[in-house]
Amino acid sequence: METNALELKAITKRFPGVLANDRVDFQLRKGEIHALLGENGAGKTTLMNIVYGLYHQDAGEILVNGAPVAIRDPNDAIRRGIGMVHQHFMLIPVFTVAENIILGTETVRHGVVLDRQTASARIRALSHQYGLDVNPDLLVHDLPVGVQQRVEIVKALYRQADVLILDEPTAVLTPQEAGDLFRIMRELTGRGVSIIFITHKLKEVLEIADRITTLRAGRVVGTVTPAETDEHKLAAMMVGREVILTVEKQPAQPAAEVLRVEHLRVLDERKVPVVNDASFTVRAGEVLGIAGVQGNGQTELVEALTGLRAATGGKITLLDQAVTNQPPRPIIERGVAHVPEDRHKHGLVLPFPISDNLVLCTYYQTPFARGWQMDYAAIDANARERIRDFDVRTPSPFIPVESLSGGNQQKVIVAREFSRPIKLLILNQPTRGLDVGSIEYIHRRVIEWRDRGCAVLLVSAELDEILSLADRIAVIYKGRILETLNAVDATREQLGLLMAGVTQTPAAQ
Amino acid sequence: MSLPRFAFILLTVGAIIATAVVIGGAQLPAALILVSMIRTTLQVATPLTLGALSGVYCERAGVVNIAIEGMMLLSAFFGFVASIYTNQAIAGTEITPTSTALSLIVGVTVAILIGGLSGAFHAALSVTFRVNQIISGTVINILAIGLTGYLNRQLFFQGQVPHAPGVLPTIHIPVLADLPVFGKIFEQQLIAITAIVLVVLTHFVLFHTPWGLRTRAVGEHPRAADTVGINVFKMRYANTIIGGMIAGLAGAYFTLESVPSFEPLMTNGRGFISLAAMIFGGWTPFGAWAASLVFGAAQALQINAQGFGIPVPSQFVGMLPYILTMIALTGIVGKTSAPAADGIAYEKTGG
Repeated sequence: METNALELKAITKRFPGVLANDRVDFQLRKGEIHALLGENGAGKTTLMNIVYGLYHQDAGEILVNGAPVAIRDPNDAIRRGIGMVHQHFMLIPVFTVAENIILGTETVRHGVVLDRQTASARIRALSHQYGLDVNPDLLVHDLPVGVQQRVEIVKALYRQADVLILDEPTAVLTPQEAGDLFRIMRELTGRGVSIIFITHKLKEVLEIADRITTLRAGRVVGTVTPAETDEHKLAAMMVGREVILTVEKQPAQPAAEVLRVEHLRVLDERKVPVVNDASFTVRAGEVLGIAGVQGNGQTELVEALTGLRAATGGKITLLDQAVTNQPPRPIIERGVAHVPEDRHKHGLVLPFPISDNLVLCTYYQTPFARGWQMDYAAIDANARERIRDFDVRTPSPFIPVESLSGGNQQKVIVAREFSRPIKLLILNQPTRGLDVGSIEYIHRRVIEWRDRGCAVLLVSAELDEILSLADRIAVIYKGRILETLNAVDATREQLGLLMAGVTQTPAAQ
Repeated sequence: MSLPRFAFILLTVGAIIATAVVIGGAQLPAALILVSMIRTTLQVATPLTLGALSGVYCERAGVVNIAIEGMMLLSAFFGFVASIYTNQAIAGTEITPTSTALSLIVGVTVAILIGGLSGAFHAALSVTFRVNQIISGTVINILAIGLTGYLNRQLFFQGQVPHAPGVLPTIHIPVLADLPVFGKIFEQQLIAITAIVLVVLTHFVLFHTPWGLRTRAVGEHPRAADTVGINVFKMRYANTIIGGMIAGLAGAYFTLESVPSFEPLMTNGRGFISLAAMIFGGWTPFGAWAASLVFGAAQALQINAQGFGIPVPSQFVGMLPYILTMIALTGIVGKTSAPAADGIAYEKTGG
C-alpha cells in the first residue's frame, strides 16, 4: 500500500472552554483532493493551522510520507513540503508579487543583495508550468482577488510544497473563477501535489473532491466519496440532523412599489465612483436579490440607501417620498430595517448587553424612554420577549452581545430589526459566517416577512442564497446593475457570467 | 516616496538657501554665503537625519518610536560622561592626543550602546508586553529628562569635574574637500559624514536585502510574515535596537561633536523634529534625509540671518519648517502612508 502524503492521528486541541479538535484522524493520499467539510466552528481551520505549525496540538501525531514529524512553526511545515493558502490572504498589498512570493526564502547575490531577477524568472517558469498566469512584477494591491489567490498558490509551489491546504478558497470567487481554480487544482494533483480543500459548500465538494471528511464540533463524523453521498447526506453529516436546504415558498404577490432607486451614484473613501448609475425598484411582497462578487459596490449601495453614506447623484424614493441623502433616523422611522454586512462593526455595540442592543433604533421612543430618562424595566421586558420569540440562545439578556456565537448575534440583529413596523427590509450578506441551522432560520424569517407584505432587498455574494430567496435578481458589476432577471428564469451559469461582467449580446428582446 | 514630494522638499531646501544668499548678498560675496549655508545645513541636520533614520528602522518594522528624543538625551549624557572619565583615567587632568582619541571612541561607543539599550527597553515594553507604544515612548522620554537632569546635578555641581577631551575631528575628504571655494562644504565632522553614509546604507538595507524585505513585511502585515516562517518578535526587537543605536549616535553628536559639554534638555526637541522629518519624508531614508535638510536649512538661515541684521525676528524663520511639515502632512504634495501595522502590537493566536 502506498503511504499517505499526510496523516493525522488522534489530534486533540483545546482552547479555553472549547474542545476545537477531539481525536481527529485524517489521511491525505498522494495526488488526491480531499475535502474537509464542516460548519463554521467545526474545527477545520484549527486542524489545518496545527498542520501548518501556527497552533500546536495538545495530543496526537502528524505523519508526513509515513514518518512522524514535529511541526513547531510554519518553517517546519514548509520544510516538510506543506503549503497553506489562508482564507484571508497572507499577502502584503504594497509588495510586488515576486516580493510576496520570495519573502522568507529569499535568494541573494554577493551574499546580501536580493536577487529579484532570478526569483522573477523562477516565478514565471512556475506559473507557466501550472497554467497560473501570474506576473511577478505587479503590486499585489492592484490585482483582483482571483489573481491574488493564484499568487498564494505560486507562493506555496515556490517553496516546493507537495501538500497544499486551501482554506475556503472559493469564498471570494465568482463561479467562473471557482471553475478556474478547480482546473488548477486538477492540474496540480496531476503533477503529484496532494490537496486539502476546506469548505462548507456542498456543491463544490461533490464537484471536485476525491474523498470528503466531515467534521462536526471538533470530531470526524466520517469519510466518504462523492459517489456514495449527496448534498442532503453531507448536510446531515455536517449539522447532525436533517436540514431543509431549499426554502419553502409560494410565488411572490408583488404589490405597491416601496423603494425606487434612480441613477444612483456613490463614491467610496478614496473618492472613486463605486456605484454608477444604478436603478432598480423593490415592491411590497417581493424579494429583490442583488447578486455580485464582493466589492462591486454593494456595501456602498446599501450604505447610501440606509443614510450612512452620501449619494453624489441620483434619487432614492421610499414610499413615494424622496429620501436621498437623508440621515438614518428618518429613513428608519419610515419603516426601513437594515441587517448590515458587518454585524460587529455596524450591527451591534459589542460590549453592550443584549437588552440594550435590542433597542438601538428605538431607545428614544416610548416605552423605552420617558422624556430624557431611560426606562430599563421596559427595555428588559422587551429583551426577554425578543429572546423568546427569536430563539436567541443565551443564559441571560444582560450579558455582552460579544459573548454570543455568530448565529445568535445575527438573531439579536434580526430580532431588533424585525420587531418594528417595517415596510422595507434591507439585508446585506445576512448569513455570512453562519452555520446551516442559523441560515435556515433566517431564510424562513425573511420569506415570512415577504409574505406579510414587506419589500425585501437582499444583497448577497452567495449565489445559492440569492437563488433560493429572491423573486427577481439584479446583478451588480463594478457598481452597475447589468441586468435584472426573474428568478425562475435565471440559471447559475447565466448569473455567473453576469457577475464576471459578461453581458450577452441582446439578440432577443 | 513619491517623486513630487521629493522634488518639493529639495526645492524648499534650495529656496531657503537662496533666501539667505539674497538677503546677505549686500554684505558678503554670494558664493561665500552659499557655501556657508550648505555647510551649516549639513552640520545642523545631522542629529535630525540620524533621528529620522532611527524612526525609519523602528516604524518600518511596525514599532512607533516617539522616544527618539529621550534616547538622544540619554546617549548624549552617558556618552559625554564616559568620554570625560576615560580621559581622566588615561591622562589625569591632562588632555593628550591619545587620550582624546581614546575617550572619544569610548564616548561614541557608550552613546550607541545606551541608545541600543533604550531601544531594547522600548521593544520589551511594546513588543513583548504590548504596552501602547506611545505610552512606552513617553515613559522613555520622561525617564531621560529626569535621569540626565538628576545625574547631571549630582556629577557636575559638586567638586572636581574631569576635563572634556574635545570634539570629534573634521574629516578631510580627498578630492571633494580640495575643490576651490566649494571644498569647504565637505569639511565635516565624523558623525555628520557617518549620517550621510547611513542614509545610503539604510536605503540599501531596506530595499535591496532580505533583511529589509522582512523588516518591511513585519511592519506591513506581521501575520503574513509569520506564516512564511519569519520571527516577527525577533525582527521587531532587532530593528528597534538598531533604531535605538542610531538615535544614540545622534545623541553623541550633541556632546562629542557639536560642543564638548552637556546641558540638561540640550536635545531641545530635535528627536520630535526628526520624527516629523521621517513622516515628511514618507518613511524612506532619502526622503527623511531631504526633510531633515529642510529643517537644517531653516536653522542655518536662522543662524546666518542674525548676522545679516534683517528686521524679521529669527523665530519666524525658525517656524518655517513646521509650517512646511503641516502642509506636507495634509498630502497636498504627494501622498505617503505609514506602514500598515505601524504601532500595532503583534499577537500570535492560539499557541
